[in-house]
Amino acid sequence: MKVLKLITRNAGRHKLRTYLTVLGLALAVMAFGLIRTFIDAWYAGARAAAPDRLVTRHAVSFTLPLPLAYKEQILQIEGVKDITYGTWFGGIYVDPRNFFPQFGVEPESFFRIYPEYLVPPDQMQDFVRDRRGAIAGQGLVDRFGWKVGDQITLIGTIYPGDWQFVIDGIYHGENPDVDETAFVFNYAYVEERMKQESPGRVGQIGWYVLRIDDPNNSSAIGAKVDARYDNSWAETKTETEKEFALSFIAMGDAIIIGLRVVSYLIIGVIFLVLANTMAMAARERISENAFMRTLGFRGYHLTGLILGESIFVAVLGGIVGMGLLSLVAKGVEIALSSYFPGFAVLPTTYILVVIIALTIATAASIFPVFRALRVKIVDGLRVVD
Amino acid sequence: MNEAIVRTHELYKSYYRDSLEIPVLHNINLDISQGQFVALMGPSGSGKTTLLNLIAGIDQPTSGTLAVAGEDISRLAEGDLAKWRARHIGFIFQFYNLLPVLTAFENVELPLLLTGLSRKERREHVEMALSIVGLADRMKHYPRQLSGGQEQRVAIARAIVSDPTLLLADEPTGDLDKTSAEEIMTLLTRLNKEFNKTIIVVTHDPRAADKAGVIRHLDKGELQ
Repeated sequence: MKVLKLITRNAGRHKLRTYLTVLGLALAVMAFGLIRTFIDAWYAGARAAAPDRLVTRHAVSFTLPLPLAYKEQILQIEGVKDITYGTWFGGIYVDPRNFFPQFGVEPESFFRIYPEYLVPPDQMQDFVRDRRGAIAGQGLVDRFGWKVGDQITLIGTIYPGDWQFVIDGIYHGENPDVDETAFVFNYAYVEERMKQESPGRVGQIGWYVLRIDDPNNSSAIGAKVDARYDNSWAETKTETEKEFALSFIAMGDAIIIGLRVVSYLIIGVIFLVLANTMAMAARERISENAFMRTLGFRGYHLTGLILGESIFVAVLGGIVGMGLLSLVAKGVEIALSSYFPGFAVLPTTYILVVIIALTIATAASIFPVFRALRVKIVDGLRVVD
Repeated sequence: MNEAIVRTHELYKSYYRDSLEIPVLHNINLDISQGQFVALMGPSGSGKTTLLNLIAGIDQPTSGTLAVAGEDISRLAEGDLAKWRARHIGFIFQFYNLLPVLTAFENVELPLLLTGLSRKERREHVEMALSIVGLADRMKHYPRQLSGGQEQRVAIARAIVSDPTLLLADEPTGDLDKTSAEEIMTLLTRLNKEFNKTIIVVTHDPRAADKAGVIRHLDKGELQ
């Protein structure tokens, strides 16, 4: 306890300097944690992917449609147990800034293949029956203040015109990685209208999602699907849901790399801030350390005191930083919920911050320890504070 | 009074500045007996602090032998020397060297943290040491709340708290006014007379040296 007391009091000798160091560390930890959380949120889709789901899309581009007629054919392929499809709608709700993902789907098969989207049975029944029905995620409902029974209008961009929908139900995610900001509706509604307004677009969907019997056979099953449509006018590319999500993420690779570089730079800043403080403390205490050794204190005692002080300051900065991080992350989660659904600091980020703080504290104390032990006692005693 | 606590034989110490050897002590032969109060005097640069540092085991001789408290400390490794210092040496510095973040009590307790004494035993020792130097009522004061003389008395309490074999003081009155210096030398005399402490004081103040039973002069590294 005496040692702990000495460590904390040593850290408090220059209060302003210690406060500024702790604040600097805290801000750096918060920035590092936020960047990590952004990166984690970026990969949330890949984390939520199920191993027994494959996605089949147009081989040339995700933006090109596939024939709806493929559905029954793909279902015949060995290893495919179930199938659903979806189409990106891209409508505007009141203002273009109110972005949220909207998908036209086949109601029953969609919720069968995505059991992690939890919808109350009665609401599900209404949705299946209602051609203009829609199911919205809890996050979306909270954002716009919607409730079951509300009628909303989306202005179509890919499918022009005003589109009226009725909120028949609200889904919740089975786990935190499930995006609760999506809006799904019956694709038959789009098909009906396209028959009248744009017959050439009838019978086309965006992608298929397949449930397979064995995740270990995903490559073989995917290859069979794609082989089925080789040399057709709409060749396919089939991959696991995770690969599909990662291919989207890869579009932002440059951003992710940039963010990672910044996060490493922040670690460097944390190190420099703490190393500078510890170096100043070591310089000021040359005489004191020499005196301690005169009393009989040994190298490992001084190492413990210096390392302890470094860890104390780093942990203090880490704790304050993690507190700030959780507060700021909450604010970011609310502000960017439509872009980063599930934006939340993961426990691994907190653990990483603790590991980094301890590693940096140790590294920052190497030079001061070396200096304290290298100076001869008689030389150290000559130094007047 | 006959047992030699400090015995040096042909003790020689030199420093190197770049490649130039600078001799500091020449063939010092010195015996100090248990219970003696010795003042080492001499002009600046005469080597008295170097001799004190060698006796304290915080510096190593270039050649010769140096036995303190029955041990040839010139042969001890750094770790053993640290243990030896904790057991045998109480050091008093000119500028007190109290830790500013610790109270008088905690400063005095510092050397006892290296012993196996319990908390209660440490408290008893510290209270005893502080009462000997007349500062029992200042235990909770920080160094900045004490005068120079009081700080030096705390430093003396710290030097005696572990009951070391030898008390070494390097210019203990050098930073004090006349009255405080007188008090410190009286206190050291008392420790020598009442507690039979062996004390070596380095000083260039003749009035301080007068309190010692033996005065040895050093000049240009040679004992007169």
